[in-house]
Amino acid sequence: MPRRDVMHGSRAVAEAVRLCDVKVVAAYPITPQTHIVEDIAEMLANGEFDAEYIMVESEHSAMSACIGASATGARTFTATASQGLALMHEVLWIASGMRLPIVMVNANRALSAPINIWNDQSDSIAERDSGWVQIYVETAQEALDSVIQAYRIAEHEDVLLPVMVCMDGFVLTHTVEPVEVPDKEQVAEYLPELRLPHVLDPEKPVTMGALGDPNYYMECRKQQEIAMEHALRHAEQADEEFRGIFGRGYGLFEEYNMQDAEVVLVTMGSVAGTVKETIDMLGADVGLLRLRLFRPFPKEAVRRALSEAKVVNVIEKDVSVGFGEGALMTELKSVLYGSDVRVLGTVAGLGGRDITTEHVRQAIERAERALRGEKVEEVAWAGLKEEAL
Amino acid sequence: MGRFEGGSAVKVAADIPSYVRCRHVCGASLAATRCFKFRKLVKEVSDEELFASGHRGCAGCGCTVAMRLALKVAGRNVIVTHATGCMEVISSPYPETAWRVPWIHVAFENSAAVASGVEAALRALGKKGIKVIAFGGDGGTVDIGFQALSGALERGHDFVYICYDNEAYMNTGIQRSGATPYGAATTTSPAGRVSFGNRTFKKDMPRIAAAHGIPYVATASVAFPLDYMEKVRKALSIEGPAYVHVHASCTPGWGIASEKSIEVARLAVDSGMWILYEIEHGKARVTYKPTVKRPVKEYLRMQKRFRHLSDEHIAVLQRYVDERWKEVFGED
Repeated sequence: MPRRDVMHGSRAVAEAVRLCDVKVVAAYPITPQTHIVEDIAEMLANGEFDAEYIMVESEHSAMSACIGASATGARTFTATASQGLALMHEVLWIASGMRLPIVMVNANRALSAPINIWNDQSDSIAERDSGWVQIYVETAQEALDSVIQAYRIAEHEDVLLPVMVCMDGFVLTHTVEPVEVPDKEQVAEYLPELRLPHVLDPEKPVTMGALGDPNYYMECRKQQEIAMEHALRHAEQADEEFRGIFGRGYGLFEEYNMQDAEVVLVTMGSVAGTVKETIDMLGADVGLLRLRLFRPFPKEAVRRALSEAKVVNVIEKDVSVGFGEGALMTELKSVLYGSDVRVLGTVAGLGGRDITTEHVRQAIERAERALRGEKVEEVAWAGLKEEAL
Repeated sequence: MGRFEGGSAVKVAADIPSYVRCRHVCGASLAATRCFKFRKLVKEVSDEELFASGHRGCAGCGCTVAMRLALKVAGRNVIVTHATGCMEVISSPYPETAWRVPWIHVAFENSAAVASGVEAALRALGKKGIKVIAFGGDGGTVDIGFQALSGALERGHDFVYICYDNEAYMNTGIQRSGATPYGAATTTSPAGRVSFGNRTFKKDMPRIAAAHGIPYVATASVAFPLDYMEKVRKALSIEGPAYVHVHASCTPGWGIASEKSIEVARLAVDSGMWILYEIEHGKARVTYKPTVKRPVKEYLRMQKRFRHLSDEHIAVLQRYVDERWKEVFGED
């Protein structure tokens, strides 16, 4: 029987790891990921499920151990954040290049310097080209459900790519929300046992991680791209089947109040709650597109969803320093290239600065002024203290 | 099973030059040809080649010997992880491979961490009896892989880490590592008008490994194959982490002729530049004591990397060796 409970987002992730019958967990503690790995350790200590838990000495080794475990054929999990993800950078590319279906939760946190433990999404967005599927979630429930879906997507024989589930640090990891914990048998029905085509096994020796010279390297990269195309299809399918079994799904992105909306806000993660709140509060004729699947990017579907929009304002918790805007804004302009949609950007919430309904209202107002043909800033920094610059 | 199956041990021994002395197990200074234990060990060596020929190692490469012999001991029921380096590059250029056992290379600094994951997965999946060996060169072990190795040793994984030490970053063109000996010229510690080459002494990695309190640590040399294989066997048989540090010659890196590779490696041991010992459950034991202590100068003279050294610097090295010799053998 599914169990309804209230719990921290971190606990919801740990519940998902238990439900997925993960065999090997390798993790290194970092704020705000700690509650996830603590809760998993507690579950293991109480015999709630059985897995090998490697308390590694760094995130680099966490991902390296995950690669070794996954290559040996075990379902593998890790979690990290910020500096930890950055330290993993080298091995993230190897995990995806070796096509290992590792699932990782990233508790989104700002990158140093200055050192800052609070939420933004610069850490995972900086890894957008690492070959990992990336899912950004809004709620604790979605975090739990997305981890289950992540294994389903990652382990599909046409995909075999690692998946990163990105949840806003503190905002989701440390807040208590009502969560429905699915039944383990139902999860087992949804998620079959892991069977990889190639594993490290003395019965059938294989060489993994060979040297790929210029004759072979490009094809490996292209195969990853093809796998990403498959991942797009399978992510959609995994979500639909999930809905069929568990009665809830999320799509590749969420559309809110999009009917006839000429102004659309686009964002990722937990701030979508504040955006919806603001739209409702203002009773505004403004839509929201909350992107859930950032990699592979559902280009066609997003283009279709925004075909009636006139102005889009992207609210995002990251900035590409030197390019003057966030990565999502840049990518959206690329996706909408050739259409008449005007794309504006709002850099917000860096290093955990609150994004308030007032900031969202300003973003809407700016988009509406643009819609009326007024001259507006391309990119605005919400809540910036100009006097402190 | 023996490599020389069908032939007698006497015939085997006939192939061994008379200067090869058996000081392996018995400690006697008999010629190997006359030692029963030596003959028995030779007979027990598997003739199965799990590290295949045809790889791209240099002629005379000492490190490939370390790979090949370790696998002869381990047999087929093993999974190997490997750090980036010479041995990885020469053994796995897709679509070829020299590995007849399951093998994985991930990156430079994480062979031990990958092995942790492999070992944990085997346990989680209930696959029993499969051994795990992690290979790394000296750079991948004493420098960039130091942290991952320390973590894996401390956590008590059941695996064997084998460091093949050719005393510099040979794969990238002979750059200095923490394992480069005093005075050696490398491309990043060259000898010049105001430089005598590498200014520091070799990092004592085996003793650092031993400080982790792991059940087995050993030093070895490719010039003493039976001693090395016996140590690998012991390392594999003991539960928990084991560390084997095998000194392995590099012909281009040391500036030696291919056919001198093993001779030079042997002289490293006979001069005291490298000492063969093991530490089993905290108890240290020297496994080979040279009958004649050869001057360090003889060892240095054979290699281009030391050719520039003045008598003054050679004396420094000799003093360093003498001190260690005294510490280990208790005599001058």
